Amino acid sequence: MTTIEFLLAGTMSAATVFLLAALGELIAEKSGMLNLGVEGMMAVSAAVGFVITYESGSHILGFAGAGIAGIFISLIFATVAITFLANQVATGLAVGILGLGLSALIGRQHESLTVIAPGGIHIPILSDIPLIGPVLFQHNIVVYLSILLAIAIGYCLKYTRLGLAIRSAGENPEAAHALGYPVHLIRYGAVAFGGLLAGFAGAYASTIYTPLWADGMIAGRGWIAVALVVFGTWKTGRIVLGAYLFGLVSLGELLAQSLGAAIPSQLLSSLPYIVTIVVLAIISTNAARLRLHAPYALGETYDGSEAR
Amino acid sequence: MAAEDQKPLLSLRNITKRYPTLVANDRIDLDVMPGSIHAVLGENGAGKSTLMKLVYGVIEADEGEFYWEGAPIDLRNTATARKLGIGMVFQHFSLFETLSVVENISMTIPGNRRELSQRIKELGASYHLEVDPDALVHSLSVGERQRVEIIRCLMQDLKLLILDEPTSVLPPQHVRSLFDALRKLQSTGVAILYISHKLEEIRELCDTATILRDGKVTGTVNPNEKTSRELATLMIGRNIPHVVARPHDIDTENPVLKVTDLSAVNPDPFGTHLSGINLAVYGGEIVGIAGVSGNGQQELARLISGEHRLRDLPANSIEMMGTPVAKMGVTDRRNLGFAFVPEERLGRGAVPPMALSQNALLTAHDRGMVSNGFIQRKTVDNFTTECISDFDVRCSGTQATANSLSGGNLQKFIVGRELMLEPKLMFASQPTWGVDIGAAVSIRQRLLDLRDRGVAILLISEELEELFEVSDRLYVIRSGKLSPSLKTADVSPDDIGEYMIGEESTSASDRTIQAETADAH
Amino acid sequence: MHIKFERRIQYSKTMLVLVPVITILLSIVASSVVLLALGKSVLLTMHSFFIAPFATFYSITEIFLKFGPLLLIAQALAVGFRAKVWNIGAEGQMVMGAIFATSVPVYFVDSTSLLLLPAMIVLGALGGMGWAAIAAFLRTRFNANEILVTLMLTSIALQFLYYLLLGPWKDPMGFNFPQTVMFQDEALFPTLFRGTRLNVSIIIPILFTIAVWIFMERRFGGFKLVVGGLAPNAATYAGFSAKGAVWLSLLLAGFAAGLAGMSEVAGPIGQLQRSVTSGYGYSAIIVAYLGALHPIGIVFAAFFLAVIHIGGDIALVSANVPISAVHVFQGLLLVFYLATYTFVNYRPRIVRHAHHKQSVVAP
Repeated sequence: MTTIEFLLAGTMSAATVFLLAALGELIAEKSGMLNLGVEGMMAVSAAVGFVITYESGSHILGFAGAGIAGIFISLIFATVAITFLANQVATGLAVGILGLGLSALIGRQHESLTVIAPGGIHIPILSDIPLIGPVLFQHNIVVYLSILLAIAIGYCLKYTRLGLAIRSAGENPEAAHALGYPVHLIRYGAVAFGGLLAGFAGAYASTIYTPLWADGMIAGRGWIAVALVVFGTWKTGRIVLGAYLFGLVSLGELLAQSLGAAIPSQLLSSLPYIVTIVVLAIISTNAARLRLHAPYALGETYDGSEAR
Repeated sequence: MAAEDQKPLLSLRNITKRYPTLVANDRIDLDVMPGSIHAVLGENGAGKSTLMKLVYGVIEADEGEFYWEGAPIDLRNTATARKLGIGMVFQHFSLFETLSVVENISMTIPGNRRELSQRIKELGASYHLEVDPDALVHSLSVGERQRVEIIRCLMQDLKLLILDEPTSVLPPQHVRSLFDALRKLQSTGVAILYISHKLEEIRELCDTATILRDGKVTGTVNPNEKTSRELATLMIGRNIPHVVARPHDIDTENPVLKVTDLSAVNPDPFGTHLSGINLAVYGGEIVGIAGVSGNGQQELARLISGEHRLRDLPANSIEMMGTPVAKMGVTDRRNLGFAFVPEERLGRGAVPPMALSQNALLTAHDRGMVSNGFIQRKTVDNFTTECISDFDVRCSGTQATANSLSGGNLQKFIVGRELMLEPKLMFASQPTWGVDIGAAVSIRQRLLDLRDRGVAILLISEELEELFEVSDRLYVIRSGKLSPSLKTADVSPDDIGEYMIGEESTSASDRTIQAETADAH
Repeated sequence: MHIKFERRIQYSKTMLVLVPVITILLSIVASSVVLLALGKSVLLTMHSFFIAPFATFYSITEIFLKFGPLLLIAQALAVGFRAKVWNIGAEGQMVMGAIFATSVPVYFVDSTSLLLLPAMIVLGALGGMGWAAIAAFLRTRFNANEILVTLMLTSIALQFLYYLLLGPWKDPMGFNFPQTVMFQDEALFPTLFRGTRLNVSIIIPILFTIAVWIFMERRFGGFKLVVGGLAPNAATYAGFSAKGAVWLSLLLAGFAAGLAGMSEVAGPIGQLQRSVTSGYGYSAIIVAYLGALHPIGIVFAAFFLAVIHIGGDIALVSANVPISAVHVFQGLLLVFYLATYTFVNYRPRIVRHAHHKQSVVAP
């Protein structure tokens, strides 16, 4: 495999982790819920997904377990931040800390063990195209499903009544309530969906992308997913682009090794974090643009119908 | 037919709604007859809006029963209410700014967007409530947004329409066309619940009026058979008080506030841009700025107060007490003798969960309250106590939190705090918005007294009655532009209305013509 | 049937006192469930957590050794949180403080100057402040969200630490372990009691607490910060600088975290190594909240978390409970704290959807 092939193939696989988590966070944020617990949700799910896959040998069971774990953690966030009206930022941090602790607890007897990643799919004709075929069309099915999911989410938000309902809860919860939409229920649903996708992201990371369990293996990728939603200014297409950009950046360390470059590996490991900061600064400078695209009531607690 | 008409469409029995601070609705009985225009009259804080939200199912009653065409109903949410045939036009509209008109309407009305757009155009033409179905809501004027809300109600199977203070956002001319539309609606058999605190409107439009005071019904009358005085007595327990204006001198030598050719691009994509604003306020006069909300008042207020500063604005585009201030911050402007009452009480003029004494510290800190960086609690408490007693602020004391006060009392506190700073230039934006009549009159009187002492006062208000009552001169703001200065004594409310509408009246009639030609084909 | 919360007119003082107690009880119950699921003895673990740390004098000094940095960082973070400046990168600021301070003994290996320690204190504080200043600059100049920036900066600081420990600062005689030379005595804080690790640096958090208390309760500057956090529009209206609040909050936290990092390398650790922060930067977030963001409350909260940290070490040995159980317990504390704190400002009401609605109002 040439370096270019390696990069393209690796990018798609690495990007899927970011993409799944960011799409989940997008739905939550569109409903007005800023869930900063993505890192924790991913960590727990990665551990659960790995343990189940390791013990049962089934990736499907692993993904299912990880999805349930993601939903479970996200519902802790939803209960505290929606029903108990707590500050969303603080609650997200709390759930994140709890999740990191739980993941270590769950995975402690599987530290450094590995599972076998399932092979890629084989699409007739497409996969057999020279050069492009193996690079683009022989990945794990989850890679393609995540892209289809992005398209579905983009369509749903823009053109369906469900999408309107989610957006209304995030734009103006008082008005949504006045029109008869169950704001709290919508927000619970959106957060749980975010948990499900964070769960899949975690499972993908621990059983397919790097099929081994190590405490702390999510390594900030949940936070980058949160940042990706801002980078994509809450638009699905741009979030896909951003996820693939970060997929590429996160390969920097491997790339340097393969090229034999004399750059300290720590600098390359820092690259995704540095790029996050730089891109965040560039995107955020135009406050008016963020204001135009961000859900208007993002992060605001809605305390029910008692407003006068 | 006649016997049918005698059965009320909607009946409320013993409806009660309590909030931690007050009983908003106390055992309310109300009957709305089919095809009637029924007023719910009461001053700010009497519980009118709460009652209507109960009827529409936005909030739930603590006690009492609703009957629809004689049968008991459980109004649990707005979908139930809409299914019965109840529609509501909110005071603060329930529209989504980032969505188009038709998208907003499709949130509650089934059907594909093409059909909905067609119906919006048809209904708009037949009731003279024209709106562009594809326009984004944030690009619409307040009046147009109201039309969207009314059309949305018309598109359901409507039997009862609730309107909450619909004229508060309209210039006088548009009030008339709204009334025409409502009468036309009445003629189709729809009943209307019309909430207002304006006596004349109700006498003109309504056939029945239920009057609320402090959350209780004080009477149900035919408003045409009662004098304004009688209605006022039912509404506030006495005749409506008025301010006492005295002859006064205006120092026409040097303007205390001078705004020269002020233009500003609003960074907020939903905001209004200001262009070429010129205005002057002299010592000893009150200058009012009239206009429909959302025409640049907020932007202008923030630039004058210094809360918003623009880098490329020439320093002398705003001058106070002869000093160019456009580059100065809030504190420096206040040090020159500027005081400001902002339009939002909670969260801007006062910090909601903080005690009144801490809220005094907010802007009065230069009056000996801080020494070497340390807060002088004694001075703060003395100031607060004086403000509470001088301005008749009803509260539990200096430690009462701002959000525990009623709107009127908190507003009296904020106005009092700013007046106690002995300003040379006083700027008040909507100082009586949403406050009870007693507080409103006392605030207006304070402004007049201040004027009589030679202070220059700039007053932004959306209530024409208020501006005509207290101001010496007026400007009208529309789409970020200011009209020429007008002497209050020389103009009528209709003249001001013309400035408020601007070219819009012509463009609206253009659209009518287009719609009619479309019908013809 | 569902719960609805109604805002109280005045916050409940009773609940304010009860909240930490209820939080701790709920966290104990919830973590007991986790322990049972792990097949561990609840009683033994709880004994290790809460009683055993007080068993010996040495153990008590160890509590205070942990109490110091937790208190120091939490006080500063709480100031920022009250101004709604979400610095969650104290961990990274602590690392940079430790790195800057370590530069002195690493480059002056043979020095016995009395200026070593003062120089390390100054550099430690500057290191933390400098790292925090990046976030403050990006927030005030580019509007970049400080939560994400401070977090990313922490990851970068850790990579920088690993680079130094594996490369230029590695102890040449250290058998290739990723750590620096052990510091000379002149670069270490003197201990308070023979045979313990508790040292004079404990005075720093105590002085800092008093300073923060005065600032937040008596100074106009503290008032301005709180206004900015509670009602940003009111702060703008009154002419209080929002940017100033960001800078002050972040620099204060950088200062405190930098000093905390410095006190670790110049105290119990005595060198720079990978685990220099012991997670204090994150634990301090929990301490700040559990102390209701109040300088006095934080003193108690810091002590409580210090006890748990020591208790966790004991439980590892006595009850074979993994150390991550402590992190789970910390997370539970914060989750339950945020949920129960609602009762301070709100009154719960159980709404039953019956035809004739009745409502039960709890006290």
